[in-house]
Amino acid sequence: MMGLVLATASVASLAPCLATIPLFAVNPFTEPVGVVHYLIVGAVLFTAGIACMTLKRNALGILMGIELVLNGANINFVAFASPYLRAEGAPTLGLDGQVVALFVILLAAAEAAVALAITLNFYNNHATVDVDRADDLKG
Amino acid sequence: MTGMLDMDIIDISTLTHVVPPLATTLAALPALPIAGINWHSVLFLLFAGLACGFAIAVVAADNVVRMALYLVFSLGATAGLFFLAGAEFIGAMQLMIYVGGTLVLLVFGVMLTAQAPLVSIKPSSSDRTLTAVAGASLLSLLLTAAFSVDAWRGPGVGVVPAPSATPLGMALVGVRVDEPPAGTPVGGRVGYMLPFEIVSVHLLVVLVGAAYLARAKRRRTPRPIDALASAMPVETVATAAPVATMAPTGRSAGGAKSALVGGGR
Amino acid sequence: MAEFLIGLGLPGWVAWSIAALVAAVLLLNVIAGGALVFIWAERKIAARIQDRLGPTRTGGRFGWLQSLADGIKLLAKEDLMPEGADGLLFRLAPYVSFCASFCAFIALPFAFDVVGQRLNVGVFFVVAVLGLEVFGVILAGYASASKWSLFGAMREAAQVVSYEVPLGMCVVVPVMLAGTMDLVTIGEKQAGWMSSWYLFHDPFTFIIFWVYVTCAVASVNRAPFDLAEAESELVAGFHTEYSGLRWSFFFMAEYGSMFLVSGLAAVLFLGGWNGPVPVARLLGFSDGTGESAAYVVRLVGLANLMGKATLGVLFMMWIRWTLPRLRIDQVMTTCLKYCTPIAAVMFAGAMFWQLFLPGGLFPGWGRPAGEIREGWLEGPGGLPAAASPAEDRSSTVTGGDPVERAGLATRSPR
Repeated sequence: MMGLVLATASVASLAPCLATIPLFAVNPFTEPVGVVHYLIVGAVLFTAGIACMTLKRNALGILMGIELVLNGANINFVAFASPYLRAEGAPTLGLDGQVVALFVILLAAAEAAVALAITLNFYNNHATVDVDRADDLKG
Repeated sequence: MTGMLDMDIIDISTLTHVVPPLATTLAALPALPIAGINWHSVLFLLFAGLACGFAIAVVAADNVVRMALYLVFSLGATAGLFFLAGAEFIGAMQLMIYVGGTLVLLVFGVMLTAQAPLVSIKPSSSDRTLTAVAGASLLSLLLTAAFSVDAWRGPGVGVVPAPSATPLGMALVGVRVDEPPAGTPVGGRVGYMLPFEIVSVHLLVVLVGAAYLARAKRRRTPRPIDALASAMPVETVATAAPVATMAPTGRSAGGAKSALVGGGR
Repeated sequence: MAEFLIGLGLPGWVAWSIAALVAAVLLLNVIAGGALVFIWAERKIAARIQDRLGPTRTGGRFGWLQSLADGIKLLAKEDLMPEGADGLLFRLAPYVSFCASFCAFIALPFAFDVVGQRLNVGVFFVVAVLGLEVFGVILAGYASASKWSLFGAMREAAQVVSYEVPLGMCVVVPVMLAGTMDLVTIGEKQAGWMSSWYLFHDPFTFIIFWVYVTCAVASVNRAPFDLAEAESELVAGFHTEYSGLRWSFFFMAEYGSMFLVSGLAAVLFLGGWNGPVPVARLLGFSDGTGESAAYVVRLVGLANLMGKATLGVLFMMWIRWTLPRLRIDQVMTTCLKYCTPIAAVMFAGAMFWQLFLPGGLFPGWGRPAGEIREGWLEGPGGLPAAASPAEDRSSTVTGGDPVERAGLATRSPR
C-alpha cells in the first residue's frame, strides 16, 4: 500500500516536469532507444536506492540501497559508453565507460563484503540488525 | 543475419517470384502494426520496466528476504540492459558478481534475521511520506538534468558495436586496441593497468579485512545472541517440527535457532 | 532457417519469430527429453550398481517407459503448500531454478554454429547463469517453513561459496588457451584429432579437467555433494515440502544443469563437436565441399557433442551411486583447501606452458592448417577485425523472453 502511495506521489510530482519535456520525441517501439532512455532507468534506480538507504531500518536494507545506487550509476556509464545508443554525431565515452563500470562492480563487491562483516559484528553485539538501536555513542 | 532485432519490413514485391501464391496471401502481414517494431527497443522497455519496478519494490517491501529477491531481479534486469547496450562483458560480470554477491547477502539476511521480530522492521509512516517526497523531487531533478542535454536525447544510431571483451581485457593490462570514439583527441587514451592492480590489491585487503571483522572471537561474557538462544524455551524447538500446519512465528523462531546452532560449525 | 523462411516469402519478423520459437522448443526438448531418458538411465544404473534389476515392467522389457509413467504420476499429484510458507517465494522458487538452467543452454553450442545465441562472452555467461540456479534452491529452502528445508538451503549457500571459486579458475584455463571466451571459437580451436583437445594440451590441463569435474558435480548438487538434498539426513532437503509439478521442475532443472555442465566440459576440454577421429573430414565432408556436406559435418558434430555430454552425465551417475556423501565441512575443505590451490597452480602451469610451448603436448598432430574457422581475433594483424564481429553478432539479447532470445542461429554454411 505504501508502495502505491510512493509511486503515485512520484508520478504526481513528476507530471508537470514530464509535460514540459519532449519525452516521446522518440517512439520507443519503432526507433532505436537512445542514451536518455538509459538515463531514465539509471535515475529511477538511483532514486530507489537513495530512498532505500534513508527509509530502511534494517542494516541489510541499507546495504541493498547502496547496491541500487551503484547500479544506477553503472547504467549511466554503460549508456554513455555504448556506440549503439549514441545519437547521430554525438560523442561517446567509448571503452572507458565500460572500464569504469567494471571497477564500480568490483568495488561494490568489496564494499558489500566489508559492510556485511560490520553488520555481522553489529548483530553479535546487539542481537539486532535495526540500525536505530545503534545509539551507544549518543551522549 | 545482421540482426534479428532490427528487422525491417521486407519488401514483399521483390520476393513474389519465389513462391507467388504464398507471398500474395502473406502480403498483408507487413501492414500489421507489429511489423515495424524494433525488437531491441521492445526488449529495452521490458528490461527497463523490470529493473525500475523491482527497484521500487525493494523500497516498498518490508520483508528482508523479499527485498533481496526483488533486488536480485532488478540487478538481473540491469544485466539485460547492459547486454542490450552492447556491453556483454559488463553484463556477464554483473550477473556473476552482483547477483552472486547478492545471493550471499540474501543468505546472510536469512541467517541474521530469521527471528520473527527481525524479518520485517517497518519504518514509520511519516518516514515513508518524507522519503516519497524527497525521492520524487530527486528523481525529477535527475530527469530534468538527463533531458537537458540535446546530444543525449535523440534516437540511437543503432549500430551494433564490436565485441568489447577483448579490448576491455587488453585495456586492463594497459594496451588499447579499441577504435577510438569519434572526436577523441589523439594521444589522450591510456590503459588501466595501475587501477587494475590497485583494485586487485584492494580486493585482497578487503578479503582479509572482512574475514578479520567477521571472525569468531573468544569472549568472556556470552554474546547477547547466545543469551537469547539459551533463554529460548526448549518447547519452542520441539513444537517447531517440520509439519505443514505449524504457526508462522513458531516456525521462524525454531528455524532461527536451529539454523544458528547448525551454522556454528 | 530464418533465411529459408524469408525466401518463402514470409516477412522478416514472422520468419524470425518462427525460427526463434523452433529453437526455444528444441532447447526445451533437450532438457525435458533428456530428463526423461536420464531418469530412466539413472534408475537402471543405480540398480545395476546395487545388484538389482531396476524398472522392468513399464513399457516393455527394460522398463523404458518408467520415467514417462513417473511424469504422469507427478502431474496427477496434489499440489501442496505448507501453511506457514511464504506463498510467493514458495511458488516462484522452482521456476527460478528451471529458468536459470534453461537460460544457460542459450549460449551452449551443440555443433559448429548450432548455438542458440553466439555470445562473445559465452563461457562467462553460462557459468554466471548456472550460478543463478542455486538461487531457486535457497528460496525454496527458506520459503518452505520447514527446518529441513532451511538446513538444506544453508548448506547449499555454504557449498556455493566453496565451489564457485575453483570452478571459475578451471573454466578460465581453456579461455586462456583459446584466447577468447566465445564457446564456438573455443570448440573450433580443438579441431582435428583427439590430441588437439585441450584435455591433452599439456599435463596441467589434464589435471585441471578433473578439478573441473569435481566442482561441476558440486555445482549441480549431485552426490557426493548433494548436501542440500541429503535424503538420509534432511528428509529431502530443500524440496522436502514440494510435490507434483513444482517438484518435477526442480528435477528437470537438476538434470538440465547436469547435461549443461557436461556439455560445457565437452566444449572446454573434450574438443566440443570434434570427435576423437575427424570422421567427417576423413570422408571428405567439409564446409567447403557444398551445402549438404556442411550439414553432414554439423550432424556429426551434434552427435559428438551429445555423446560426450551424455557420457558426462552417466559418469556423474556412476559417481553418485559409488561414493558416499561428504559432510559439509568436508565439502568446503575439498573445494577451498584442495581444489582452489590445485586449480591455481595448474592455471599458472598452463599459462607458462602456453608461453613456452604454445603448440601443446602434441604440436601439429593431425591439425590441418586452415581448419580453424573464424576466431575473430585472427583478423588481419591479430587485432580485432572491425568487419567480422558486427556481422556475426546477430543481436545482443539475453534474459527476458526465452522465445525471443533463443533464435537458433543455424547460419547457412559457407
